Amino acid sequence: MAAARALVLTLVITFAVVLQVSLFPYLSIAGVVPNLALLVVVAAALVRGPEFAAVIGFLSGLAIDLAPPVDHVAGRWALALVLVGYLAGRVRHDAGTSSIAAIITVAASSFVGTSIFALSGMVLSDPALSVTEALAVIPPAVLYDVLLTPFVLPLMMRLFRRLEPHQVAY
Amino acid sequence: MRDRHQRPSRGVLVLLLLASFTLITLDVRGGENSPVDPVRTAAANVFGPVEEVAASVVRPFQAVPEFFTTTGSLQREVRRLEAENATLRGELATSSVARQRAAELDGLLTSSGDTGYALVPARVVGVGPAQSFSQTVTIDAGTTSGIYPDMTVLNNDGLVGRVIRAGRSSATVLLIVDRDSVVGGRLGSNMEVGFLRGRGAIGESGRLDLDLVDVSITPGRDDVVVTWGSENGAPYVSGIPIGRVVSVFSSPRQLSKHAVIEPFVDFSSLDLVGVVVRADTQGDRPVFKAGDTGKERR
Repeated sequence: MAAARALVLTLVITFAVVLQVSLFPYLSIAGVVPNLALLVVVAAALVRGPEFAAVIGFLSGLAIDLAPPVDHVAGRWALALVLVGYLAGRVRHDAGTSSIAAIITVAASSFVGTSIFALSGMVLSDPALSVTEALAVIPPAVLYDVLLTPFVLPLMMRLFRRLEPHQVAY
Repeated sequence: MRDRHQRPSRGVLVLLLLASFTLITLDVRGGENSPVDPVRTAAANVFGPVEEVAASVVRPFQAVPEFFTTTGSLQREVRRLEAENATLRGELATSSVARQRAAELDGLLTSSGDTGYALVPARVVGVGPAQSFSQTVTIDAGTTSGIYPDMTVLNNDGLVGRVIRAGRSSATVLLIVDRDSVVGGRLGSNMEVGFLRGRGAIGESGRLDLDLVDVSITPGRDDVVVTWGSENGAPYVSGIPIGRVVSVFSSPRQLSKHAVIEPFVDFSSLDLVGVVVRADTQGDRPVFKAGDTGKERR
């Protein structure tokens, strides 16, 4: 059962990362595509809490960092998504129940994730990025993630509920 | 649910953060031969084929917006195409002479030995997101087709970029509009050399900045810039058109003139590209050689 769960998670992460580079470039807003992996991480956080989401965040961040065609220092998206998973997991008690709260969580997570990635780029000068250039990309990224939330988040949350190991009722 | 009433443990978070930082440090310190590179190549071998499949599934749906055209607009389209067809037929009759000439020119170019490049065709299957702040694409050909890092990539409009990493059946191409990309360029009118840097944007604002080595030269508007080329053709072979000068300005702080180049290639709709390889390359794909009447450029 645990192996099947791990397999489903691997498939979901791979699917999200591949769609991000293969399908969404055709639908991009000035090159900005929705960060599907981030939505998966937020869904994991809302259902299962910070620790699990941080692990999912690390794995999907690693997938983004290593899958072609990206070319930046490996570990940067992993770092961003670990923090996103943890922070989103901390607010899950409210966001798991109402859709407005879920959308706000996605917007905040997307902002935090993209900003951490951009900041790590500035620190490592990989590439040497100016604040204005980063600010030009972050708002459309947040907007696109929020736009996709109603389609992706409920689906992912249902999946993570199904994948949750059975517990003793309390 | 387990920890609803208590603070979640920080252990996992700290562990994962440390793992991320370790990875970043390893990759940054490693530089050219980073220990992460083998992992990257392995990931490319896994993700490359998956992206290829995804791209071939997605490609037919590019035409979906056209399904929603009305009969009226389709009829107008048919009339327009008929008219265009008639014009083209007329042009075809006269173009055979021009084609003959072009074939001759092509042969001439080949005999010069310098510009007769052998090309491996490939298609773009993945595009890096703007959130990653780098302009890179995946192509569906790799080392099995004779593609290795530091090879020039071009399409029928001009220079696209260079291969930075190659997996078995996929390769990553750094576009010339990337912030990290520097290409040696030569002005077509007076053979002056300079360096072109990308601005990290594609589409309308996807321009390149040209700084000339000789500070006394002023590039002319609409002057064409071609690659300057380097030893053994790596990473860029010479004589590939890059773009045309759209504006020239100089700032008081800088001695040299600064030109803005509009690339010939439309980076937002890249599809078929060619990778320049050695003419004797053996691979699982046909190698187009210059002199095959220039078919490889179409």
